[in-house]
Amino acid sequence: MLQQAWQYIVGHPDKLLEWTWQHLQIVLVANVIAAVVGVLLGVWVSGKGREQLAEGVIHAASILMTIPSLALFGILMGILYALSLPSIGFLPVVIALALYGLLPIIRNTHTALREVDPAMIEAGRGMGMSGVQLLLKVKMPLAVPVIMAGLRQAMVMNVGIAAIGSYLGAGGLGQPIFRGLGNYRKDLVLVGALTVSLLAIIIDLLMAGVERLTTPKGIRIGRKH
Amino acid sequence: MIRLEHVSKVFADGTEAVKDLSLHISEGEFCVFLGPSGCGKTTSLKMINRLIPITQGKILIQGIDTQQRNVNELRRDIGYAIQNIGLFPHLTVAQNIGTVPMLKHWPREKRRARARELLDLVGMPPDTFIDRYPSELSGGQQQRVGVARCLGADPPILLMDEPFGAIDPITRTKLQGEFLKIQERLQKTIAFVTHDIDEAIKMGDTIALMKDGELVQYADPATLLAEPKTRFVRDFVGADRVLKGLRLLRARDVMKMPKHVLRIDDSISQAVEALDARRRQWLPAVDDSGRFRGWVEREDLESSESLEEALTPAVTTASPRTPLNEALSMMLASATGAVAVLDDEDALLGLLSFGAIRDVLAADDESDRE
Repeated sequence: MLQQAWQYIVGHPDKLLEWTWQHLQIVLVANVIAAVVGVLLGVWVSGKGREQLAEGVIHAASILMTIPSLALFGILMGILYALSLPSIGFLPVVIALALYGLLPIIRNTHTALREVDPAMIEAGRGMGMSGVQLLLKVKMPLAVPVIMAGLRQAMVMNVGIAAIGSYLGAGGLGQPIFRGLGNYRKDLVLVGALTVSLLAIIIDLLMAGVERLTTPKGIRIGRKH
Repeated sequence: MIRLEHVSKVFADGTEAVKDLSLHISEGEFCVFLGPSGCGKTTSLKMINRLIPITQGKILIQGIDTQQRNVNELRRDIGYAIQNIGLFPHLTVAQNIGTVPMLKHWPREKRRARARELLDLVGMPPDTFIDRYPSELSGGQQQRVGVARCLGADPPILLMDEPFGAIDPITRTKLQGEFLKIQERLQKTIAFVTHDIDEAIKMGDTIALMKDGELVQYADPATLLAEPKTRFVRDFVGADRVLKGLRLLRARDVMKMPKHVLRIDDSISQAVEALDARRRQWLPAVDDSGRFRGWVEREDLESSESLEEALTPAVTTASPRTPLNEALSMMLASATGAVAVLDDEDALLGLLSFGAIRDVLAADDESDRE
């Protein structure tokens, strides 16, 4: 069977590349949306006097995560149909993945900002930084490593969930899997599954690199000591 | 310069942290807020730069009510140093020192030049340290950068909340001394919080002693020690008042130049003669330019060819500014029981001996009996 899978890969590299590219597009678009929305929400709920709100938002995001992906796709199809937007294909899948990606990003942003050393904040305020300056020049640089870890987690998770998106006709590496399941073609299933796994591993490694690169140098040095 | 008028602070939970505090810190004055924890000293300090809002009363800086000013601009004009130093770990030493200059939109070159200047001032070679990160510095070095940072935009006023609190006692003593030297030169108006009476006496021109949110006594250190207003003040400044009094005196006040100083190129016989003539076991030796080299002891001379060879280098030396209590502990560490007082160029200015300090203590005793 492995041999058949290999033959398929060698015989149809163009197809495989196409699926992988579709898959990547879905994951990237969804996670860019999740990152922007998640970080903004995370920053906002970490503001002074919003502890309760933060709890509520994080709770809501974790409820989202418990909805099985097929059910979420179904719900989104209904909503999009009612709004007369495309209810199958790329759009519902991207929205679903973006929703799934929110939790780790909001949670990590909130935790990272809340755990900035109070001495840093006092020093910054005492020297005359405005709220925005304190956020951009002190809190965010210190929070970046933890926020990036959340983004990494969201991306790796979504590489897996995106495979189910093929069910809605969004393309991607779910296609060979579902096609294989329908036609008793184990080799096709294997090709899809292996490629998805490989993609997840590669993205995880890439994001680990990004995480390291975005960590301020002073903090990287501090960890070594 | 800084005037607190009937300032009170009541926190949301009803705690009265500061009660009707009025005091004036004049220009160039080093004022220490002293007291046990919870006495309101830190709250008082933080009300000056409005980190803690005032409940009642007002604070004027150079005649202007702090409430009338934009809070961030007010803070940028006041140097601020905190106990935990609070250096930003993601920024280099230059960027940390340049924080307020950056907020004041100084151009980059000017900020960097200022950082170099300040590193020099706090005794850290700029070329070595300017591009380092806080995690690459020792605790004492971080503390120095903290001091440099609060001087960043050359503010006329400094607020310092136990700035030397988080370091070992030896480094602390050293940094205190260095900071006093800096202050002698810069003449900033300083409000400084500590719970350490020794630090207060050593650093302050005046001490504001607080208890339970109230100002108990506001006086210069000598008055606080000599004329404690209440029993609390007396207890707080301590029973060993005479020893504490030593802190008020500096090496320059009691040092004496010895009758004879050896020169490093004197012959052995000249040295023996000088020691015998004065019935001394040791004498200090200097070089051609008057720089102190160490001690020459009688017993080392017999087995030596030259003074250079017989020389015992000094373990520690004092500066004219060294408080006598510190000089006393130096004496205990010194083989000869004396401490050489040197100027910045190592020139010998005089010696401190137990005898001289005993004389000071005795004089104090007599004035007590009168």
